[in-house]
Amino acid sequence: MSQNDFLHLMPLLILTFAALLIMLVIAAWRNHKIIYVITAISFVAAFLSLFELRAVTEYTIEPLLVIDGFAVFYIGLMLATALLISMLSYAYFEQQKEQKEEYYILLILATLGACVLVISKHFASLFLGLEVLSVALYALISYLRVRERSDEAGIKYLILAAFSSAFLLFGMALVYFSTGIMTFEGIAAAMSGYRELPMLLLTGFGMMIIGIGFKLSVVPFHMWTPDVYEGAPAPVTAFVATVSKGGVLGLLIRFFMEVDGFRYPTLLLIFTIVAVASMFAGNLLALMQQNVKRILAYSSISHLGYLLVAFLAGSQMGVEAITFYLVAYFITTVGAFGVIAMLSDNSRDAEQMDDFRGLLWRRPWTATAFTAMLLSLAGIPLTAGFVGKFYVLAAGVNTQKWLLVAMLVLNSVIGLYYYIKVIAVMFQQPDTEKEPAIRLRPSIYIASVGTLAVLTLLLVWVGVYPTALVDMIQSMFAEVPTLVAR
Amino acid sequence: MILLWMIVLLMAGGVLAWLAKRWHPVLPRWIALFAILTDLILACYLWLGTPTAVTGSSPWLVRLEIPWVPQWGVNFILALDGLSLLMLLLTFFLGALAVLISWREISTKSGFFYFNLLWVLAGITGVFLTMDLFLFYFFWEVMLIPMYFLIGVWGHANRNYAAYKFFLFTQASGLLMLLAILGLYFIHGSQTGIYTFNYFELLETTLDPLAARLLMFGFLAAFLVKLPVVPFHSWLPDAHSEAPTAGSIILAGLLLKTGAYGLLRFVLPLFPGAALEFAPWAMLLGVVGIIYGAILAFSQTDLKRLVAYTSVSHMGFVILGVFAFNEWALQGVVMQMIAHGLSTGALFVIAGFLYERLHTRDIQQMGGFWSKAPKMGVIALIFVMASLGLPGLGNFIAEFLTLVGSWQANNWLTVFATIGLVLATVYSLRIMQKVFYEPAPTDRPLPDLNARELLITLPMVVLILWLGLYPQPILDTARPSINQQLEAYQEPEVEEKKVVVAEVPEVELGIEKMSE
Repeated sequence: MSQNDFLHLMPLLILTFAALLIMLVIAAWRNHKIIYVITAISFVAAFLSLFELRAVTEYTIEPLLVIDGFAVFYIGLMLATALLISMLSYAYFEQQKEQKEEYYILLILATLGACVLVISKHFASLFLGLEVLSVALYALISYLRVRERSDEAGIKYLILAAFSSAFLLFGMALVYFSTGIMTFEGIAAAMSGYRELPMLLLTGFGMMIIGIGFKLSVVPFHMWTPDVYEGAPAPVTAFVATVSKGGVLGLLIRFFMEVDGFRYPTLLLIFTIVAVASMFAGNLLALMQQNVKRILAYSSISHLGYLLVAFLAGSQMGVEAITFYLVAYFITTVGAFGVIAMLSDNSRDAEQMDDFRGLLWRRPWTATAFTAMLLSLAGIPLTAGFVGKFYVLAAGVNTQKWLLVAMLVLNSVIGLYYYIKVIAVMFQQPDTEKEPAIRLRPSIYIASVGTLAVLTLLLVWVGVYPTALVDMIQSMFAEVPTLVAR
Repeated sequence: MILLWMIVLLMAGGVLAWLAKRWHPVLPRWIALFAILTDLILACYLWLGTPTAVTGSSPWLVRLEIPWVPQWGVNFILALDGLSLLMLLLTFFLGALAVLISWREISTKSGFFYFNLLWVLAGITGVFLTMDLFLFYFFWEVMLIPMYFLIGVWGHANRNYAAYKFFLFTQASGLLMLLAILGLYFIHGSQTGIYTFNYFELLETTLDPLAARLLMFGFLAAFLVKLPVVPFHSWLPDAHSEAPTAGSIILAGLLLKTGAYGLLRFVLPLFPGAALEFAPWAMLLGVVGIIYGAILAFSQTDLKRLVAYTSVSHMGFVILGVFAFNEWALQGVVMQMIAHGLSTGALFVIAGFLYERLHTRDIQQMGGFWSKAPKMGVIALIFVMASLGLPGLGNFIAEFLTLVGSWQANNWLTVFATIGLVLATVYSLRIMQKVFYEPAPTDRPLPDLNARELLITLPMVVLILWLGLYPQPILDTARPSINQQLEAYQEPEVEEKKVVVAEVPEVELGIEKMSE
């Protein structure tokens, strides 16, 4: 590897180094605060190192990795999200009885895996990234192992993720068998000759879609989502919902753009069915939930369906729309789970409707932040979610995907119902005065409160003045050859 | 800039009112009142400051344009013409009343209440002012959430159900409008290469008939639900009767008007061909609404629900007039919007007074209040008469002009619409009869109106009389923008238009004599 290679991989190297450093520090001196500070600093450092790469056009490290504007943006997004999640984690884990420090190693490793995903252009690096992400998540999900549902969630995720990885591997093998190559552009070159996909290749793609669909938790591969969301600690749930999905989505976009999968009606049909089914299943099942984490789980399924609408648009505008929506969705989801994490105590997470009853009158600021997050998920103006949904709709209308667009609109209305339900609960008068939970020193919550404030402000800022973000996305993507070609 | 200040003042006032609750419990209402009155003064200043607009010159009085999201062609455009100005005056007037009426009624969480109230008003103001379709949708939605809270937190017993229903109906229809806006945006973009949401530029889009029809239905969905027109009205009685008094006033007086305004401002000029095709059906829906609303109003026992159904009936005249496509009818529609806002608002105010005293809205339990509370009785009588269309009061002018206009468009439907006036008399008199004249079922004391309540109702009385006796300023203000909306329809019949314009003042003179 040349010096240039090192420079371009700096964010990933920083993360790797941080993971090692934390392990050594734990061996020497176990202290939550120090580990937490190291984690935060390394995320910030990795993020700052991206500024060096801002102007990069396309830098390949043959044959595995490629770093371009698209990758830089997605890595930046995921690092920022991971940083925010670690900020929210401190107060949450401070009150737990378990060993807290290893959590941060796992968090860093999972982020590293997600980052590898978005820069990979080869099946080997893809699989490597995916497994680093998955294995870290197995442990993260069942981290608070004395809790009732944590084993269930962990084992469910472990078995299903391993299963889906097997599908993905088999799919890759079939693709390799019919094209004889494992790099994305090699596959694209091999496929450019076909008008219709040969059966074997199609089967291979189908199996890969199963693997990818599992990670994205789209219907019909969504079964794990509510249980894992419910069982995992709130900050980990936020991670599963954002960084893990974002990384896989980035990979999917890169792969599909490279091989130009939009030419094949069969693939489009599969994705259309998946998108429509995800929107409906997510929203309709969420209507019946009484647990806030499960509501958010089903809502995330439907949001992935919305994202697929923009994905199916297949234009550059579609990719911009996905990216914009993803940013909005990340802000919102991290914020929502951040609120849950903040309200949780050491025995269980604040996930029942009762925990939120009358929240507005007990803790007005927290409730305001949560209301803003829910309204953003519902796509109401003044929030980032609205502009994101608008962008997705615009991409769909622009490419005349009327069916998908109509389904999106219908589902937004269904979705409103359960978001409003949670908000209405927060506005109710509490029946009995609740015993205030025993809380830690207020100073511990500074990071959480600050993060939530930042997220809420970002949400409104993006919602009111999206120009800056749109500008940034467009300028980052302007130089990416696979996108510009479209 | 003055237009921007109006909106900013309301929004900032809302936030301040919320925060001010901590310093002193009465501060929020004073802040809210101050913000709205300042806006009212600004709007009056604009009205008096502009010379009577001359027909033919540009109807736009003030315009403001700031780029917002240039990549998508979204601009922050606010523009004011006669129609918007009248709507703004109505908005701020009713807004101030809504604050006064809540003065004692709202005791819990008053800071948050005034925050919501001011933000609803800000959204409505934005809807009446903006000439960018993206921004229009934006404000259209901004109205909803605070209104949802107003109903859902401070409403009566069944408030959650009503708030949900209101929200889902309006949100679903709004999203259809968003789709239509996007469709129009891309059609315009592909024709001219300029992607923009600017209303003035989108007016120049040429649409093929099918596309025009589909897009028009998208817009209609939002406006007909908001208005509401009969098959889509079922949210209205619930929302009106469960909302607190201030909420009912804003719903009936202002939110419904945004639907009518949308029809005038967007549907008519953007889709002339499709609107002409749809006109007979729309007028039919209007007539059905007039009669259906009246019959249901007659059969209600809940006073607020009764008044809510009269709104359905009155809004039937609006859609009847809008789709008659002539100046008479549209002048009538504008008058109807203002007069209905005042008269129905006042009836809700009276229902609120009664509820405050009796803690019931059931008219079976009322009666004999004429002798106990004569001031309230007189004021109620005036507005009941206004609602049934007594000459000399604003609603008469409105309904008369609408019917004259729609007669030219469709004789038979106008005949049936006129039957609605008879039915209006029946249900209106029933209110007076049941509440004020019949012998009292129980002998409860009923305090008469106090000074604050008189301060609320007397200006409404004055205004509704003024509208009935001397509507000319209103008609003058509205005329240029009405002609603007009708431009697409009038080119083949220029001569007729002149005749109509010349005749209007004479008619008003006739009305004045009659009422004297």
